[in-house]
Amino acid sequence: MAREIAFVRSEMLGEKPPPASIVGVQGWIKDNLFSSVSNSILTVVALYLVFVILSGILPWIFLGIWNAESLAECREIFAERYGDGTEYACWAVVKARWHQIVFGYYSPDQYWRPILGFILIAVSIAPILFPKLPKKLFFVSFASLFLYPWLIWGGSFWTPITAALGAVIGFFAYRYVTERFGFLFGVLAGCAAALIWWSFISGFAASALQSAIPATIAQVSSLNLAGFVLSITIGIVAIVASLPIAIVLALGRQSDMWIVNKLCTGFIETIRGVPLITLLFVATVLLNYFLPRGVEFDVILRVNILVTLFTAAYIAEVIRGGLAALPKGQYEAADALGLTYWQAQRQIILPQALKISIPGIVSNFISVFKDTTLVSIVALNDPLGIANNIRANSDWNGIVWELYGFIALIFWVVCFSMSRYSMYLERKLQTGHR
Amino acid sequence: MAEVTEHAVDRSRLQVSDEVAIQINDMNKWYGTFHVLRDINLTVNRGERIVICGPSGSGKSTLIRCINRLEEHQAGDIIVDGTELSSDLKNIDKIRSEVGMCFQHFNLFPHLSILDNCTLAPIWVRKVPKREAEETAMHYLEKVKIPEQADKFPGQLSGGQQQRVAIARSLCMKPRIMLFDEPTSALDPEMIKEVLDTMIELAEEGMTMLCVTHEMGFARQVANRVIFMDAGQIVEQNEPEEFFNNPKSDRTKLFLSQILGH
Repeated sequence: MAREIAFVRSEMLGEKPPPASIVGVQGWIKDNLFSSVSNSILTVVALYLVFVILSGILPWIFLGIWNAESLAECREIFAERYGDGTEYACWAVVKARWHQIVFGYYSPDQYWRPILGFILIAVSIAPILFPKLPKKLFFVSFASLFLYPWLIWGGSFWTPITAALGAVIGFFAYRYVTERFGFLFGVLAGCAAALIWWSFISGFAASALQSAIPATIAQVSSLNLAGFVLSITIGIVAIVASLPIAIVLALGRQSDMWIVNKLCTGFIETIRGVPLITLLFVATVLLNYFLPRGVEFDVILRVNILVTLFTAAYIAEVIRGGLAALPKGQYEAADALGLTYWQAQRQIILPQALKISIPGIVSNFISVFKDTTLVSIVALNDPLGIANNIRANSDWNGIVWELYGFIALIFWVVCFSMSRYSMYLERKLQTGHR
Repeated sequence: MAEVTEHAVDRSRLQVSDEVAIQINDMNKWYGTFHVLRDINLTVNRGERIVICGPSGSGKSTLIRCINRLEEHQAGDIIVDGTELSSDLKNIDKIRSEVGMCFQHFNLFPHLSILDNCTLAPIWVRKVPKREAEETAMHYLEKVKIPEQADKFPGQLSGGQQQRVAIARSLCMKPRIMLFDEPTSALDPEMIKEVLDTMIELAEEGMTMLCVTHEMGFARQVANRVIFMDAGQIVEQNEPEEFFNNPKSDRTKLFLSQILGH
């Protein structure tokens, strides 16, 4: 008999629930932990290893001592409680010295300054991180650009005020010129106006106001900036300032204009070809040879500029990757609609390229924040430098893990938050394509 | 050849005026040393619907992309709406805002909603107030029959819907000329029809259209002229009836037998 191949379905099938093996806890365990004999063995071995490691570390952490005057005292208490030779963490050092690690060498009655500074930073990045917050918070962001350095370094209150005025003047110049001559000239005019104000006028204005209404807080030398105040200052400045520079560099490297292209490429490749430590040496030692006699840049300012440029070069390459990943059709569609180069970049290209680049950009932010510890090379006291100083004290000589563990924890919390935020941002910007 | 649309195209409504929309004189273009377009001469009157066909690599896409300066030509003149295309950026911007274009891969902006895709160029290029731009956008989205998708993102739409959004996006700039670069080549057969229907409606409203396509049914129903290109030159052009039933050149005959043969 011939095989029957004709078939007509008389009714469509409904949905059925999936089998238990692929949903629920049971399904998950079977799928992920015990899917085969060799996987089961690996699971058991891995669980055992985790147990061994945690059973060593957790008691050390949680049986540690918080109240003691020195490492020797810690050891006496351990010997008394658990017998000779048993040692757990001596957290007393953290309790006694944490404020140095965080605030550096500020005198305790000045601690309000870095604390207020940190709060300002938190409030000013909030509207960038969470767009739902009211836009007015950007005024805080703007103000803290000038208030934060004042809080950290001190001096006349009128210096940040007149400096901020320069930015306001630059902004209005930008707006005025943009309306008449376009975006590019607007940016140039804005920068020029602000620079003129800062270099020739704001100094006089500040001292005039200072003599009229004195308002000063104690000055803190850059050499006394240390610990996480130093790390966060350098890190934040590098993060905030490097992104716009990186965007300009990346666009320049993509540009058809030969000179712009070569300048940007040369800059990026030079900076990326040199280790950060070398650049820091340049910043602290060599730069002085090139500057005219008597011209003195603050050491932190110099370090900051170099770290920022270093980060910008790396991020520029990440952004260039994002730009290259955009289909050519996006540029063509923008062109075909009659958008100008800058309009297309701002509305179409950069939003997408930056979105693609978020993971790379944030991982550069994370690494620059950790790289701030390298400033110990040029005699600035990063948190690790402070830890060394604490360990040099006879009370705490011999302590290692507790201090470094504490510093590592702070770094980890900051870096992990950045990483989680970048994932949140990626999810939020996901619009269902690709 | 299957009809592309159920509604009969009333050809009497498709009027061609005497006014010239695009004038191309002895235009040549090279990619490096490769001579892509050779001595192109073409006059397009307002209201004309021209279908350009030909084998791949024959320069048909390059030709229409020269009209809005997505590609630069090296010799000859292109005059669009009385404005000559030269390296003068003002002229280029003027022409680009008068000429709409639809691409094979739609090229919608994936990070913007459908509505924002449509309002972006009017707001930034034409400086139309946002409200007004949105009203215009909704008008054209209704015209292409997807107003309900306005708040979605391009990635959530089917290919046919995306292409219709792309058409609406171009129309929001109120162009006088529309260029189509293989608008249906990336679409499933079921979706081709909805896009062609939209294009036919556009033709019936008197839009000047240049369309690179292999939809010969569309050419027969809507076009008033079919141009066949090969090796960077115009090989044959004629009214669709004559072109399909009585091709003159051997190259055209071979091409038609290949695309209509199966």
